[in-house]
This record gives sequence, structure tokens and C-alpha cells, in this order.
Amino acid sequence: MARENILHKIRTALGRSAGQDAADGPPPRIVVPEMEIEDRIHSMRTRIEALAGRTMRAANGCAAREMVAGEIAGKTSVASNSPFLRECGVTELPGVRSGITDREELRQICAVADIGITSADYVLADTGTLVMIASPAEARLISLLPPVHLAVVPKERILTGLDELFSVVPQPAEITSSMVMITGPSRTADIEQFLVRGVHGPGAIAVVVVG
Amino acid sequence: MSVEFDQKINETLADANLQLAIYGSTARLKQGRIDTVGALPDYQELRTQANAVKKHTIENLDYYLEEFERNVKARGGQVVYCKDATDVADFVLGLAKEREARLIVKSKSMTTEEVDLNERLEHHGLESVETDLGEYILQLAHERPYHIVAPALHKTRYDVAEIFTEKLKVPRETVIEKQTAIARSVLREKFLAADIGISGANFLVADSGAVVIIENEGNARLTTSAPKVHIAVAGIEKVIPRAQDLATFLKLLARSATGQMMSVYASFLAGPRRPGEVDGPDEFYVVLLDNGRTKLLPDRSKRQSLYCIRCGACLNTCPVYRKIGGHSFPWVYSGPIGAILTPQFMGVSHEPGLPFASSLCGACGEVCPVKIDIPKILLELRSDVKKSETREKQNRWEKLAFRAFAWLMTKPSLFEMAGRIGASMAPSTDGKWISSVPAAMNLPPVKRWLSQRDLPPPPGRSFRELWRRR
Repeated sequence: MARENILHKIRTALGRSAGQDAADGPPPRIVVPEMEIEDRIHSMRTRIEALAGRTMRAANGCAAREMVAGEIAGKTSVASNSPFLRECGVTELPGVRSGITDREELRQICAVADIGITSADYVLADTGTLVMIASPAEARLISLLPPVHLAVVPKERILTGLDELFSVVPQPAEITSSMVMITGPSRTADIEQFLVRGVHGPGAIAVVVVG
Repeated sequence: MSVEFDQKINETLADANLQLAIYGSTARLKQGRIDTVGALPDYQELRTQANAVKKHTIENLDYYLEEFERNVKARGGQVVYCKDATDVADFVLGLAKEREARLIVKSKSMTTEEVDLNERLEHHGLESVETDLGEYILQLAHERPYHIVAPALHKTRYDVAEIFTEKLKVPRETVIEKQTAIARSVLREKFLAADIGISGANFLVADSGAVVIIENEGNARLTTSAPKVHIAVAGIEKVIPRAQDLATFLKLLARSATGQMMSVYASFLAGPRRPGEVDGPDEFYVVLLDNGRTKLLPDRSKRQSLYCIRCGACLNTCPVYRKIGGHSFPWVYSGPIGAILTPQFMGVSHEPGLPFASSLCGACGEVCPVKIDIPKILLELRSDVKKSETREKQNRWEKLAFRAFAWLMTKPSLFEMAGRIGASMAPSTDGKWISSVPAAMNLPPVKRWLSQRDLPPPPGRSFRELWRRR
């Protein structure tokens, strides 16, 4: 068996025996800085805009809904089942498909929609990263197949950065099969190092911060 | 040095356009790294931490692989150990047959390049499509990656226009945005029709049973989300102990690779989709590949080669890579990291000239985000090459000369005298001193040795002399 063979080779090379514990390794390096909420918002907006993403600020759910309505007017959209989007009334807007629980149906709708609307579980201030945790509320393909990704996020979910994310969620696998960190629109520079946005994922990304 | 290696180097050096392409691309990547790494106040601490984590994991590799395996299983996935290329191909072919799969989409993976997976699958009638733009271009052109992170670095828009026209039967298109759009639409169809998605993995997280995949295009997300079966192929050295270690590695990887603070997508994938999740694969497999890696473990020094996270920073900074390019290297891994991995994976005799194709300037070690001491390993491999040479193959003159030099170094007065003799031959002003030195320089063995080395003219005064008169 390849398994036994490989493990045996490793143990022989390292002078270890089967079932032997690991020595204590270096503790993880997690340093969470202090940062005021307004500074977090400012940093995150600056970062996303530096990557040609767009950001907006809505005072409350109602205002967010109006902003989204402006963005999606005349276009077809698919929204995730996020409770926050429902609270804001985004899922009720005309032209928005939501409440999809079937994989095939979701895939077909996402493949033709102009805009995918999601919330985000967290946002990282220092890099402008959206953290998307797959669940019944958030499917993977909504932030991936449509050419535009629009995320609506309450300001309380903005963390300082990766260190805070992994201290808040030290074990992502316990809660999801997929945690994706999205930093700006899909891009490539594979031909002559020339930057092109939207190669496979969305070429445009917009984030509405609520609160 | 083999004739083939020599020939490829000379071809690359003679191609002015290629020289510009390599130099320009690596310069941009290099500067991007300098800018983003420079903005990290704790960059050196992060490198030290990353090195310590990798060292610890490799020293306890069997432990972390078993932990990883347990956790993948606990999440409903499966782990498949493979010793070589045949094992990987057999596993994928077997699964494809059971699932009646015809079409496979692939995201970028150097590990699958190692085992020629596409060729093996296509040989058995499966369609296996690369979906990273650069890799797709190369698959159509039947070439291997030129660079670890910028695989089609050597292709111009005009090359791509020709490849697309010929292979995709589309009208000639030289605008890069439009070429990208062509690839997007062709590949979008493939994603939606594919039965199996095969990815690589940047990290395997032991405490989570998760694979982590870093990319910019979104093709890896599609590969791992759209088809019903996801297979991740990874080298056994990719394991790290905890999800929390990603806080360190994610900060280093994108910055070192492309000068981005974060790559566009970092996917942490733990098993197939769970009850209630709307999409994602039904089946999740992780192939753990040896393919020679275990051969690197016994040597306490050289085993650090396995810490590599494939950022490509050492390629971009290497004065040798930047002249001879990626295809001169004899295997899939190029640049300084290729120069230390290839001899260890394939044996030093695969290309004995490889560890010598370095100026030992040390830049590769300095930019390595996990602090692999590449220059030191190059020296150790040079020694291995020399030891492996048969008596007939050894350069007896070189050996003799170095033995004489070593002896001279132990005799201070003789050494000084030799220095003075050298100084007396120092050039006047025309700089052409070599023609005036003794005929020994024109003896065939010496001449051959000097064909790839510069002999700098000796200074008028030796260091010792300057030191005495200071």
C-alpha cells in the first residue's frame, strides 16, 4: 500500500516511530491591533478602491436597499439567502431572484445573471478582503459566476485583518466546507503582464457598508 | 553541463525579444514584492515564524499527515496516498471511470505538471482542460510553464493570437482584453459541463482537514465549486499544523509572489458540501503525492528544500534565471528553487550542470519568504555532483589546480608571493591583460574552464599590502 509505504519512508528518514506524538511546535503568531471602527471602514474602502472596486456607505438598511436598487436597475440579479439582505429588503427588489435552495437551479440562474448580490461574514480592513463562509445562507457561485459582485455588509463585521479573522474563527472547518477570501475583482496578467479584470470571476466588485 | 542545457541557454540568450520579456516581467514582479514587503513592519518576524512552522512540520511530517487525513475523513472527504505519476493517473482514471466522467477542468498546479497528469489522462480518452489563462495558452501550445507563477511569461499577444486562431478556430485577435474574453467564454462552457475538477493546493491544514488554494482569476474557485467531484493534488510537504498558521503564510505568499497584499481569491476548502449548503462538490478527494519527496528527508540540511511555498520570488530576483529563462531548466521547476529541487528529485546526474548554474550571489536566499538557504544547498549539491562523478568523467586538471590552490592557501608566504606575481601582471590601461599572460591560459583545459568564467585582472596592490600600509 502506498500509504504505509510513504509513512514508513518518512518515519525512517526522520527517526520517528508509528503513533509518536509531535514535539511542541511554535505557537501560532496572531497579533490583533487596536483600530477604531471608522478607521476600519476608511481603510477597507481605500483598499477596495485601490483595486478598482467601488464602495458605498449607507446609514441603515433602508438606505442600503435604495443604493442596491440604483445599482441593479434594468438588470437581472441573483441574491443569496443571507438574513441580512432580507432585513435590508434587498431580496424584495424588482429583478432580484432569491431564496434558491437547489444546486442546479442556482447554477443556471447564476450563469445568466448580470449581478450577484451577497452579504459577507467578515471584511478585513487592512486588505479590503471580503470573507465568504459557505452555508445555506451564502452559496459559492453567487459571488463567482455573474460578471458583477455586489456585497452588502453591516459595519460591525469589519475586522482589522487576517490575525483577527483567525482569532475570531480559529477553526473554519467546524462551521463550513468553504471559506473564501475575496480581495478585489477577478484579474489576470498572464499575457505580457497586462492587467485584465474579470477573467473567470466577476470583473467588477462593489461593497455597501451599512451603519 | 549537458549539451542540451548548454544549447537551450544559448538559444535563450540569442533571442532578443525573449530576453526583453523575461527581464521586463521579472522586474515588475520583483519590484512589486519589494514595495509590498517593505510596507510590512513585521516582515522579518513573519519569515522567521514561517520558517519555524515549516521546520517543525517537516520534522514531524508523518504526525501531521495522519492528523490531516483523520480530519479530511471526519469532514466526509477522502485521502489517497500516491507514490508517483502512475499512482495519481490510475486513481483519477479509476474514479473517472466509476463516475462515467468525460470532461475534467483543472486549475493551476505545479504538482500535476510534475506527473504529466493531463497527458496521461488524455492518453486514456479523457478531456482535461487547464483553466488558468496562462496554463490554458500553454496547453494549447503543448509547452510547459516558463515560470512558477507566471507560466506564459514568454508568450506575446501575437503568439497568443496565433495559438487561438489555430487551435480554437477563432478570428485573429491581438487585443489582450479580447483574447482574455475569448478564453473566458470557451472555458465557462467547460466549467459548467465538467464532471470532475482537479486543483492543486498551496497548503494542507492538518487541524482542519482543509486544502487552501490561492489564485487571482477565479478559475480555481470554479474548478472546486462547479463540478460534482473535486480532487486536490498536493505534495506531502504542503501540510501545515493549524488554520491559524495561515495568518502568517497568507501575508507572505501573495506579497512575495506578485506584490499583492492578498491574492484575489484564497479558498479554504474542508470536505464536500455540507447538508443545507446550496452548492459545492458532493465528493472531495485529496491526493498526497510523494514522487521523490521522501528522498529529501534524511538530509537534515537539504530537507529544508521542502519548505518551499512556490511563490517564485527567487526566480524573479535571480540573475541567472533572468538571462536563461524557464525552459532552459531541465525539469518543471525553474530558477534557484528548481536548481535545488531537480537534482534531489531526479538525482544529480539528471543535469549535473544545474547546481553550478548560479553565481551564488545569495539573492534567492534573501527573498525567500520561508528562509530556505538556497545558496548553501547549491553548494552541498555541487559537492554531491563531484562525489558522484566517475573517475573518467572527473576533470583531473581542475582537481589538481584546486588541490594546489588549497595547499597554497596554507602557506602564507608562498600565497603572498603568488599574489605579487599576479599583481606584476596587472594590466596597464587597455584592460586586455589576459593576452599578455603566460601561454598556460591558452591550454585547452584552462581555456575551457574560462569559457564560462571571467578571470578578473589582479589589482596592482594586494589586500595584505594595503592592510600593512593603512
